Amino acid sequence: MKRVFVLPDRRKMFFRQFPKELEKLGLQSLPIVAIISVFIGFIMTMQTKLNTSNPLLPVYTTGLVTRDTLLLEFSSTILCLILAGKVGSNIASEIGTMRITEQIDALEIMGVNSANYLILPKIVAFVVMMPFLVIFSMGLGLVGGYFVGVLTSILTTGDYLVGIQYAFVPFYVFYSLMKSMIFAFIISSVAAYYGYYSYGGALDVGKASTNAVVNGSILILFFNILITKIMLN
Amino acid sequence: MIEVKNVDKSFDGNQVLKNVSAVFETGKTNMIIGQSGSGKTVLMKSIIGLHRIDKGRIEYDGRNLPDMKMNEIRLLRREVGMLFQGSALFDSLSVLENVMYPLEMFSPTSAEEMKERAIFCLRRVNLEEKAFGLAPSEISGGMQKRVAIARAIALQPKYLFCDEPNSGLDPKTSLIIDQLIHEITHEFEITTIINSHDMNSVMEIGENIIFIEKGVKAWQGNKDDIFHVDNQALNDFVFASELYKQVRKVNQ
Repeated sequence: MKRVFVLPDRRKMFFRQFPKELEKLGLQSLPIVAIISVFIGFIMTMQTKLNTSNPLLPVYTTGLVTRDTLLLEFSSTILCLILAGKVGSNIASEIGTMRITEQIDALEIMGVNSANYLILPKIVAFVVMMPFLVIFSMGLGLVGGYFVGVLTSILTTGDYLVGIQYAFVPFYVFYSLMKSMIFAFIISSVAAYYGYYSYGGALDVGKASTNAVVNGSILILFFNILITKIMLN
Repeated sequence: MIEVKNVDKSFDGNQVLKNVSAVFETGKTNMIIGQSGSGKTVLMKSIIGLHRIDKGRIEYDGRNLPDMKMNEIRLLRREVGMLFQGSALFDSLSVLENVMYPLEMFSPTSAEEMKERAIFCLRRVNLEEKAFGLAPSEISGGMQKRVAIARAIALQPKYLFCDEPNSGLDPKTSLIIDQLIHEITHEFEITTIINSHDMNSVMEIGENIIFIEKGVKAWQGNKDDIFHVDNQALNDFVFASELYKQVRKVNQ
């Protein structure tokens, strides 16, 4: 940790690496985030509507439930659990492969702070990109729900639109973004740790990736409770 | 010159190096030889500082490595070039970018001068220009070694370490790499230390040879002496192959 969070030897090298990581960890995650968000938004709206058929419930219920579930949990926690698999394994396997092929030793021999050079741009890039991914996911999740109204007859688009605008609490967005940034830090730092300290061969890099995903996911779930307790209590 | 004095190193109670002392001379190809598991890689990694030794001194022209602080070690390492067994080229960079990397990190020169220096180093190791823009995975093992040598000499190091430079190469390419290391050592007056168990390399370029057996320095000499030594372990190592047995017969 101490070696990672120091000023880079050459800032020019950090700022050359940083956009590459933004692209790799953030922009390349957009397709999976988009697909999952649209489908989950769609199915969540459908399930909510089908399971809350009491005529006493107001028409906006389905939209409201979908929106708050997306804002409070799906687009931050569940999305981060999915990204722990994609991004976490990517970071752990990339750094782990560099370790076992002696590329990290080569950096050290050159006098480069390898932990800082390799890990810092990844952590910073992922933490910076995460709020954008979360907002993107929220938007597309709501669009997915809207398609229930368009493609089926169980809900009207009008009711849905009323629901997603009803009793909106802006703090939920802030809470979700804060949470996701902490999760992004957990995913990237845990994965980097397992990659950096992997040793042996290809099998060990695989194990490091698995450990990174499993432990990153457990930490996300644990911190989810902690942050919710602190921020929403 | 690098001097190793009374070095001990153990891992979890298992002593791998036992009171090893040796002198590695400037402008010569110094070789550490020995069987697998004899401790030669541990000795080399201890000299570089990748392993912290239990006891002894490792002096780089009088500067004792174990006494140095981390920032001093990092400064010293800028005087060091290393050729790794698997080349250790950075996958994400092209051949030219690999050689430019240490220059970009530590050289105060302009981008244009860095590029010129990197091209000079790549030409010095006889790499074809069409390979400059390729990724390391797109070139052969022998070419990768040449690029790794070019990267190692880019910052004009005073000390060059080579870990099994011929590993995975055919005999002809091995010879070319050996000769290249030898030429560069003499041309740039570098203290070169080569870790090898390849007897062809030893006979080709071994100017100062240190034989390690079970963590102890069992012999030191040069390639001309190695056939006439009364040391059973060294003889078992040197004459392991049929070829060298025949050479001994002819000599006798």
